Amino acid sequence: MLRFALRRALLALAVGLAVSAIAFLLLRVSGDLAAAIAGEDAPAAEVERIRAQFGLDRPLLVQYAEWLGRALLGDLGRSLFYPQSVSALILDRLPNTALLATLGLLLALLISIPLGVAAAIGRNTWVDRLALGLAVLGQAMPNFWFALLLIIVFGLMLQWAPISGSEGFASFILPAVALGWFSAPVLMRLTRAGMVEVLSADYIRTAHAKGLPVRTVLFKHALRNAIVPVVALASVQFGNMLSGSVVIETVFALQGIGYLAWESISRRDFPVVQGILLVVALFYVVLTMVADLLNAWLDPRIRRAA
Amino acid sequence: MRQALLDVRRLSVRIPVEAGTLHAVRDASLAIGRGETLCVVGESGCGKSLTSLAIMGLLPPGAVRSAELLSFDGEDLLRAPRSRMRALRGNRMAMIFQEPMTSLNPAWTIGEQLAEPFLHHGKGDRRQARDRAVELLERVGITAAASRLVQYPHELSGGLRQRVMIAMALMCGPELLLADEPTTALDVTIQAEILRLLARLQREMGLALLLVTHDLGVVAAVATRVAVMYAGEVVEEGPAEAVFGAPRHPYTQGLLRCIPIPGETPRGQPLGTIPGSVPSLVGGFESCAFRDRCPHARAACAEPVAERMDAAGHRWRCILEPSG
Ligand SMILES: Nc1ncnc2c1ncn2[C@@H]1O[C@H](COP(=O)(O)OP(=O)(O)OP(=O)(O)O)[C@@H](O)[C@H]1O
Ligand code: SF4
Ligand SMILES: [Mg+2]
Repeated sequence: MLRFALRRALLALAVGLAVSAIAFLLLRVSGDLAAAIAGEDAPAAEVERIRAQFGLDRPLLVQYAEWLGRALLGDLGRSLFYPQSVSALILDRLPNTALLATLGLLLALLISIPLGVAAAIGRNTWVDRLALGLAVLGQAMPNFWFALLLIIVFGLMLQWAPISGSEGFASFILPAVALGWFSAPVLMRLTRAGMVEVLSADYIRTAHAKGLPVRTVLFKHALRNAIVPVVALASVQFGNMLSGSVVIETVFALQGIGYLAWESISRRDFPVVQGILLVVALFYVVLTMVADLLNAWLDPRIRRAA
Repeated sequence: MRQALLDVRRLSVRIPVEAGTLHAVRDASLAIGRGETLCVVGESGCGKSLTSLAIMGLLPPGAVRSAELLSFDGEDLLRAPRSRMRALRGNRMAMIFQEPMTSLNPAWTIGEQLAEPFLHHGKGDRRQARDRAVELLERVGITAAASRLVQYPHELSGGLRQRVMIAMALMCGPELLLADEPTTALDVTIQAEILRLLARLQREMGLALLLVTHDLGVVAAVATRVAVMYAGEVVEEGPAEAVFGAPRHPYTQGLLRCIPIPGETPRGQPLGTIPGSVPSLVGGFESCAFRDRCPHARAACAEPVAERMDAAGHRWRCILEPSG
């Protein structure tokens, strides 16, 4: 297991480097940076002066090394629009998105796993059909629509939770429900499919032959094997949530990463876009690694295969 | 007849299928006394596995069990609540399966899976479970037993996995062991070893053993009684000498075309083959189920065939008069 973890960490490092190179290059190919910094109507001489001042006339590899060195120290450059540095901007917005994503994922898992298990046990009964109905409902409704529904019912009519802003834990409840609701159906279907398959496995019959109680058979013997693909999917979904849902953040006026990215793209604030890109990509790298480790712990055959 | 440890009378298993009801086991009766070995033989699909599973209460979902009597050590299992069955399973009655490659959970170590029934049935603490596991692994012929405990099933060969399954079944010191074709999925060279091991453990531990096998040499060597199944029915059952020495049912006679002689028939000797194939079990039978393949079939065989029994407790289902 330790060797597996080490290899996975090394792999993550390599992927992380590749990702940083891509993030760096994306900005360079997105247009003439010096011209963008100088502004639209700047004379050619001014553009050249800026090019030299920012070191944009040096070889790409040198620029990348310098940029990477700074990025490692937390310096991602300055925003072209805000007075703050890129890292300050991201650090300011990230906690909101992180809290929202964590709550969203927890909610999604809390809904989908018990429901998936129940649907698998009671397959082709009303439990299964109810779970399927909920899944279809979750997937069919556009998430802005569902978010608005939440606002109207729980925010305005029942007044159970605040409907906008990012002050206090309570204001994260409705957006987290909206976010979790949307990713729960796939997780639920996958849990169900995994459980249905595993429950007919020979080793489940063995577990019953030992006289074990049903809950031990279900959770110790079945779920542990059925959950492996769910972990992989959940990590991808968590990555999606961490990169920020523009729609949810906009609807609930939450100052998060998604909203910042959206703003910066429309303002052509390239350093910020690049910084967010890098941070989000690194999240995916780390999450994939964590999911792999978790799965290797759940299913020892994976440790060998890799 | 003295009280058998396991007494099964007129056991039936029905499975609803698209075309109707599959009568997988029909009125099967068996009994095993303490320390006895009952060998069950018969072609593929004749209901051997479902009979064993029905005894353990482990039938697949949808399958329906009924019987006149199903008793274990005098206790009625037909009316036993699930909790009572769980208290017996893995404890006083244990089973090993036809599929050693897939019968162990890939996610848990051998040691954990071995300890499970021991701990669950309250036989002792974790340390005692570990000691017992090592002892049994050694007894089933696994070397470096202690170091196996931390291994996972995928690290073991099929033969080793089946030995682990046997050790696991014995963890609580059961009185009855059901072994459903424990070697069919294994290499020929390992088959004999495992069967010899089972026979030895049966003797040493005084187990009542229900052994489903195709190996007539093994049957001849270890069986106290033999039951021959065909199309869901026990068509012949009796003391091993009687069934081998004077088979009454034409199906048994076909299977025994090379009649095994203790000490002479080589191990690994397969059952004889009989032309034709097993009829569909959907819908049940009005006549003798073997009629299509029987060389002695006659008009009277179209009627339901009653079971007959002689003074020695040898039973069979055929209208023919025993010849000599
Ligand atoms: N879950 C199930 N659903 C439908 N039919 C089944 C099921 N399990 C078994 N059967 C059918 O019941 C009959 C008896 O099956 P069983 O497994 O008891 O045979 P067997 O004698 O053990 O055969 P083998 O020697 O191949 O193991 C077969 O016709 C089989 O196809
Ligand atoms: S009853 Fe008739 S068909 Fe059946 S085994 Fe006997 S002789 Fe053959
Ligand atoms: Mg079978």
